[in-house]
Amino acid sequence: MKIVVCVKQVPDTKGGVQFNPDGTLNRAAMLAIMNPDDKAGLEAALRLKDQYGAEVTVITMGLPKATDVLREALAMGADKAVLITDRVLGGADTWATSQTLAAGIRNLEYDLIITGRQAIDGDTAQVGPQISEHLGIPVISYAQNLKIEGDSVIVERQYEDRYHVVKAKMPCLITALSELNEPRYMTPGGIFDACDAEITTWGRADLKDLDDANIGLKGSPTKIAKASDKVRKGAGEQVTLDPEAGAAYLLEKLQEKHII
Amino acid sequence: MNLEEYKGVYVFAQQVDNKLSSIGFELLGKAKDLAKDLNTDVTAVLIGSGVKDLADELAAYGADRVIVVDDPELKEYRTEPYTHALASVINKYKPEIMLVGATAIGRDLGPRVSARVATGLTADCTQLDIGDFPLVAKEGQEQKHNQLLMTRPAFGGNTIATIACPNNRPQMATVRPGVMQKIERIEGAKAVVEEYNPGFTPDNKYVEILDVVKSVTETVDIMDAKILVSGGRGVGSPENFKILEDLAEALGGEVSCSRAVVDSGWKPKDLQVGQTGKTVRPQVYFAIGISGAIQHVAGMEESDLIIAINKDETAPIFDVADYGLVGDLNKIVPRLTEMIKANKKAE
Repeated sequence: MKIVVCVKQVPDTKGGVQFNPDGTLNRAAMLAIMNPDDKAGLEAALRLKDQYGAEVTVITMGLPKATDVLREALAMGADKAVLITDRVLGGADTWATSQTLAAGIRNLEYDLIITGRQAIDGDTAQVGPQISEHLGIPVISYAQNLKIEGDSVIVERQYEDRYHVVKAKMPCLITALSELNEPRYMTPGGIFDACDAEITTWGRADLKDLDDANIGLKGSPTKIAKASDKVRKGAGEQVTLDPEAGAAYLLEKLQEKHII
Repeated sequence: MNLEEYKGVYVFAQQVDNKLSSIGFELLGKAKDLAKDLNTDVTAVLIGSGVKDLADELAAYGADRVIVVDDPELKEYRTEPYTHALASVINKYKPEIMLVGATAIGRDLGPRVSARVATGLTADCTQLDIGDFPLVAKEGQEQKHNQLLMTRPAFGGNTIATIACPNNRPQMATVRPGVMQKIERIEGAKAVVEEYNPGFTPDNKYVEILDVVKSVTETVDIMDAKILVSGGRGVGSPENFKILEDLAEALGGEVSCSRAVVDSGWKPKDLQVGQTGKTVRPQVYFAIGISGAIQHVAGMEESDLIIAINKDETAPIFDVADYGLVGDLNKIVPRLTEMIKANKKAE
């Protein structure tokens, strides 16, 4: 079985958010990590590899420094890694990104494609389903459990108030939730090997069946009109009181606001 | 693509078990505003099996017209037949704007449909307006009028971006549940109902549903609550949520929680507020023993009144709280409940 896992390098917004003195986001000071949902997707692929035997290829589109997350994936146990990088691909929205990744994946053999549900920088959850559409294969989003049965995958697909047990014929694409599993650590041997491992690098010229009208900033149907750091509501009153006075203080405020 | 051919504001009216989801009504409320600005009308797209009877309810919340795609293949939500249904409606009727709820269904359906009809999609919008793109006229670039301007948070709620889709139609957005306001129900309203079936032929993209497992918790949807008493890891234990439940009961509110509480297995996922949980905007939000990670704040900061109780005076929750009380929640919360009850009796 051949599994392709899409990963993305993202700034770490969890807990470690850094601000400049003027209140704007300090992206330079934030750590670049493997997107958590993608890491869960990779872990799911590696477990299938452990269980059934599989070749796991990780693929990313990004700047050359995105090789860091590819090496991390190799150190965790992935077999091959592909970086798609080219200046003309930059500034892509989800449509252009999914077109580009789909073109890259067409260069590979695959039975199963796993992506994270969403990346913590954009939070769109769009690229996985869009890749599947471009490739003409089924998608099962929000996977909370998966197993292989013959030529099919069986997945628990999460919704707000239920889950569906869904069976799809491979090839198919699955988007993984970070709740899916606890990703393994890199092994020392894995890290050692990953440092020397060869990473396949593709530019625009290596991608077939891809229209120039569908790549990069120019090929993105959505355009940013305005972007700004969020203006947060300022802090109100903050008081330190003993329990009796504290409760009385809150009661007074609730009465003032006609809540009670 | 002749952009002029595309007219009208369309809403995907999500239903589950043949019951309309609240998000559809919220979208209709917003669609009415947008349609007024564009001098056009509002169409709801209702997809399912045996769902035609629901059309009147959509009219009551503002739909001028309802397009019904009714087929046995559409009984449970599955990506492919639903994508085929909605994409076929778009190709046939050519809407100018297509709104979909950012639910577990909509966030799967939206991207698949947008890729099929080759247009842009903006995810998880929290604000929609009609305006110019670019916002300010620029030399050498045509400024287009009457564009859908879609505003959404990104970077875990740290940044906010306004996005347009000037050269493709429809302009598509998924919209966060709980953000837009539904209109006051219009009794007896009728919409023009049109049935359309593009034909469904199962292929490799159709998946098979082996089982549907509904979650057993019978809790009220926290997104509908006027008052929320929300607890975090600081509450200390699942048993100790009792004091929050008592406070919620005294106020006629509901209990919700932070991600840490769900991760610890103290409360079910459907009570979680935040980036990976639900967005809530109650009249009063109590954040009790919640430190206020940015992902949590993103899900509750639009609440009318925020009251925080925390023993750590440097907790970031105090940066968004209207009233912040530093102290021991184990003593303050029960005492406040007593006072509220006594106050009620005195009235």
